[in-house]
Amino acid sequence: MAASRWRTPAGRLSRSAALLLGAVLVLLAMVWGAASGAYAIAPAQLPGIVWDGLRGLLGGAVQQGPEHLVFLNIRLPRLLMGVAAGAGLGLAGALMQGLFRNPLADPGLIGVSSGAALAAGITIVLGGMYLPWLPRHLGSWALVVMAFGGGLAVTAVVYVLGQVQGTTRIGLMLLAGIAINALAGAGLGFLSFISTDEQLRNLQMWLLGSLGASRWSAVGLVGSAVALNTLAALALARPLNAIALGEAQANLLGVAVEKTKRRTVLVAALAVGAVTATTGIIGFIGLVAPHWVRLIAGPDHRVVLPGSALLGAALVVSADAVARTIVKPAELPLGVLTAFIGVPLFLAMLRQFRSKV
Amino acid sequence: MSDILLSRRVSLQWLGGAAMASAMPAFAQNSAQVAAPARRLVSLSGALTEVVYLLNAQSLLVGTDTTSLFPEAAQKTTKVGYVRQLSAEGLLSLKPDAVVGTSDAGPPVVLDQIRQAGVRVALVKAEHNWAEVQEKVKVVGRETGRVADAEKLLAQLDTQWSSVQAQVAKAQRKPRVLFVLAHSGSPQVAGRGTAANALIQYAGCVNAIDQFDGYKPLTAEAMASAAPEVIINTTQGIEALGGEQAFWKRPELALTPAFAKKALVTLEASHLLGFGPRLPTAVQALHMRSLQWVA
Repeated sequence: MAASRWRTPAGRLSRSAALLLGAVLVLLAMVWGAASGAYAIAPAQLPGIVWDGLRGLLGGAVQQGPEHLVFLNIRLPRLLMGVAAGAGLGLAGALMQGLFRNPLADPGLIGVSSGAALAAGITIVLGGMYLPWLPRHLGSWALVVMAFGGGLAVTAVVYVLGQVQGTTRIGLMLLAGIAINALAGAGLGFLSFISTDEQLRNLQMWLLGSLGASRWSAVGLVGSAVALNTLAALALARPLNAIALGEAQANLLGVAVEKTKRRTVLVAALAVGAVTATTGIIGFIGLVAPHWVRLIAGPDHRVVLPGSALLGAALVVSADAVARTIVKPAELPLGVLTAFIGVPLFLAMLRQFRSKV
Repeated sequence: MSDILLSRRVSLQWLGGAAMASAMPAFAQNSAQVAAPARRLVSLSGALTEVVYLLNAQSLLVGTDTTSLFPEAAQKTTKVGYVRQLSAEGLLSLKPDAVVGTSDAGPPVVLDQIRQAGVRVALVKAEHNWAEVQEKVKVVGRETGRVADAEKLLAQLDTQWSSVQAQVAKAQRKPRVLFVLAHSGSPQVAGRGTAANALIQYAGCVNAIDQFDGYKPLTAEAMASAAPEVIINTTQGIEALGGEQAFWKRPELALTPAFAKKALVTLEASHLLGFGPRLPTAVQALHMRSLQWVA
């Protein structure tokens, strides 16, 4: 029977079926995202515009109209940034839930988002006056570079605090993460206290997240960072499967547990750091995407990791399509939307599966 | 500050960026094109919107920001959203040929994208002074092709401004005033470098707070030691608190000299803080009313 090839005995989708479904969802979301926006572009025009853009890349003569510019320079980079951001956040969520062996874990736990937020706050509030070298040497990239560095730095602190005699205690790391997150929150509170009105509002907007600043150059950077980390994450699938049985068992199975933990933290921090530094905080994707993938395809990390990346991408691209159009010509901050969509769905899942959590 | 930070654009268009940019040379040329008056204009500032109406150019206006509340007709224009969180595609969907705003507008990437699309972007630096108001009139005059009308308006406003300033200069006494914004929680008061502070000085008053920059919450003790004789607030702020009586029930205020006389001066927010063509009347109102309380 054809159907049984796609279903495991537990009634879940098989690995290839789940990944195929994920890829289809991403494609559908991208088509939706490409066709929607405040600027009216007839969907029938889109293939032609994309074709012209590709010819332009190869140096050919290109037709020019405002639709070309809006689509190729504003909507398309934003769409691809949505894919990269969603994939990075979904992937990191799946990695964290695997590492902590807890379905409630999200990338925020290792401090990467709050570190990025704190560094962004420092840049916004102190950048011009007290740290004048920031704009001088980093230009418009100051905020991105600082946020990325801040995210990684705070993650490193959390990781080191989770160490006992050279081994990583996951429980300890969790507590350290909570403490450091609180500290970063206090730092942000202090920064907002000393900030001017304008800085405060800039900071607030950054914390709400948006794909509005998706330049092609940023898409290239975040896209390659997420792609590399996705590849690195796939190599972690089997060791994480083993760790799901318990660290002692994983050791017996010959898995290098310490190395796996270190790499998992690093890959998740790099992916979330790259995304968050350019878009601000986009919440709940990392929490929700892996859950859904496990529900439909089971807990094997070989499907949860790539599946969460695909589902995360589809979710962010769809949420952004709504954010861009629901109050047009204005735009809703994306982080608001992902929380509005993500939290109720998450609570519904909790109710449905409360016996299993 | 972050504007300084972000406005020094390093155009690192690499990877796809370089290719895309080179694929579209004609758009770059568009943005360099010089100045026919706009036929479709977007205003990103309440003050600039007021000037557009004063110059009778409102037929050109295809969109405004959420602070464009005066005159009332401006409230019915299409709203492009909060001035710091603009959407490039949303703005372009209104097909403007020019956008006017203050340096508050952003984010900078979005302004770049709009410029790239061949839309003129004219920004007036927000400096909280009379020159800023003059500049706003000039910019709108230029962008709407009503340069002569703008000059006429400017002359009128300048006359009005000098007479208000002369009136202020004649005053015998400088009331100590405090600008309070108390929407909820602890009241925020305006320190140095705020629009409110500039206004207070233009109105011949002394800001009771000169120890810090920007808006900060103030404790009851600090409020008492600042000893303001008059409290300034916006009408919207007082309404949000449930009226004047409710406002004076706030415990921080009880220890101030202003409390004894319930000395409160309110003006509508965009009138008071907009730094637009109504600045002379705002300064005059603030001057007269606060002097009355200390007479």
